[in-house]
Amino acid sequence: MANLKDLKNRIASVKSTRKITKAMQMVAAAKLRRAEEAAEMARPYTEKFNDVMSGLAASVGDSPTAPALLRGTGSDATHLLVVITAERGLCGGFNSSIVKLAKQRATKLLGEGKTVKILTVGKKGREQLRRDFGEYSVGHVDLSDVKRVGYVNAQDIARDVLARFDGGEFDVCTIFFSRFESVISQVPTAQQIIPASFDADASSGGTLYDYEPSEEGILADLLPRGVAVQIFAALLENAASEQGARMSAMDNATRNAGEMIEDLTIEYNRSRQAVITNELIEIISGAEAL
Amino acid sequence: MADTMQFDLVSPERSLASHPATAVQIPAAEGDMTAMPNHAPVLTTLRPGILSVTGPDGTSDYAVTGGFAEITPEGTTVLAERAYERHADNRAAIEAHLEEARKAATEVAGEHKDAAEKFVADLVHLLDHMQ
Repeated sequence: MANLKDLKNRIASVKSTRKITKAMQMVAAAKLRRAEEAAEMARPYTEKFNDVMSGLAASVGDSPTAPALLRGTGSDATHLLVVITAERGLCGGFNSSIVKLAKQRATKLLGEGKTVKILTVGKKGREQLRRDFGEYSVGHVDLSDVKRVGYVNAQDIARDVLARFDGGEFDVCTIFFSRFESVISQVPTAQQIIPASFDADASSGGTLYDYEPSEEGILADLLPRGVAVQIFAALLENAASEQGARMSAMDNATRNAGEMIEDLTIEYNRSRQAVITNELIEIISGAEAL
Repeated sequence: MADTMQFDLVSPERSLASHPATAVQIPAAEGDMTAMPNHAPVLTTLRPGILSVTGPDGTSDYAVTGGFAEITPEGTTVLAERAYERHADNRAAIEAHLEEARKAATEVAGEHKDAAEKFVADLVHLLDHMQ
């Protein structure tokens, strides 16, 4: 039977762990609210942007003069996977599930004889991908100094991706992130951003616009921005998902710590009783022997 | 004829304005244009400049840098990459943006060079009008 002193220390340590997880849960809850607000505020822009883009994309269609960002390069031999994860751990399966999806895709593409390049955003994704797919990594974006993701961060990533595209480094670009559904459900998602794909049905029934400059001029101007907009939306979804995942993970941890404290307390009381009983027996038998 | 239309100004991070307006002056890529209610539908890209909105309660000005505007008979929606209220406090933000653009303009070459230089020139012009 464990020594009383040890048990007491164990209980104290689990109690302080519980305090930490509880605090982390509350911090995550506050951050989640902010992240959700940010995502909410960005929604009008993204929706409008996608509306306009799908209208434009539908009218320019597959014309051979359409920009490469929309039409593609005509091949799909090289894929760039942009894996967006968190900078921190302790958020349940959040990072792993994104990485898992990316790994599945990479393995599938490699099996088809395609070339895979991986760009990681966020420390955790890089760490997890380094072992199996380190050789495919072409870059990493560090966001650990960023307190709150802004459009500027998305623009930086987009600029990097676009420079690689212009340099002919890849044909298809897919981003991996986690879509925020609720605190208990975050869905890892893969979204193709180059060549751009838009919902076709959104364009039907659209108004006939005058374009200034030409349709294609506008498209050429907007498509690169579209990459940034989609990355920004993904970053925001990811930020909300991360906090949601951390909140439920920490809630579980707090509950587990509570159970553990209960079990340990029972064990502690039992052994204390046993020690007292033992001492009594010794005293009584000692007295009888006299 | 309706005398007001819906005006929305949104940036990627938040929505800056959403109210009725009687006229919106837009710094479009190929020259300023003013949109009024029942304007024919137009889609245009923006250059850095002052966006001036006349509403029932007066005029408000915003500094915008790039993006696009969608004009329909019922309203005008401006999607600006960055937008600030025209206010001396926001000068610094645009100045920082100008520095960035200058740096970018020296780095790019070829067909993008002209566009980058024009962007810088437009920003300088915009700064002149910010008080």
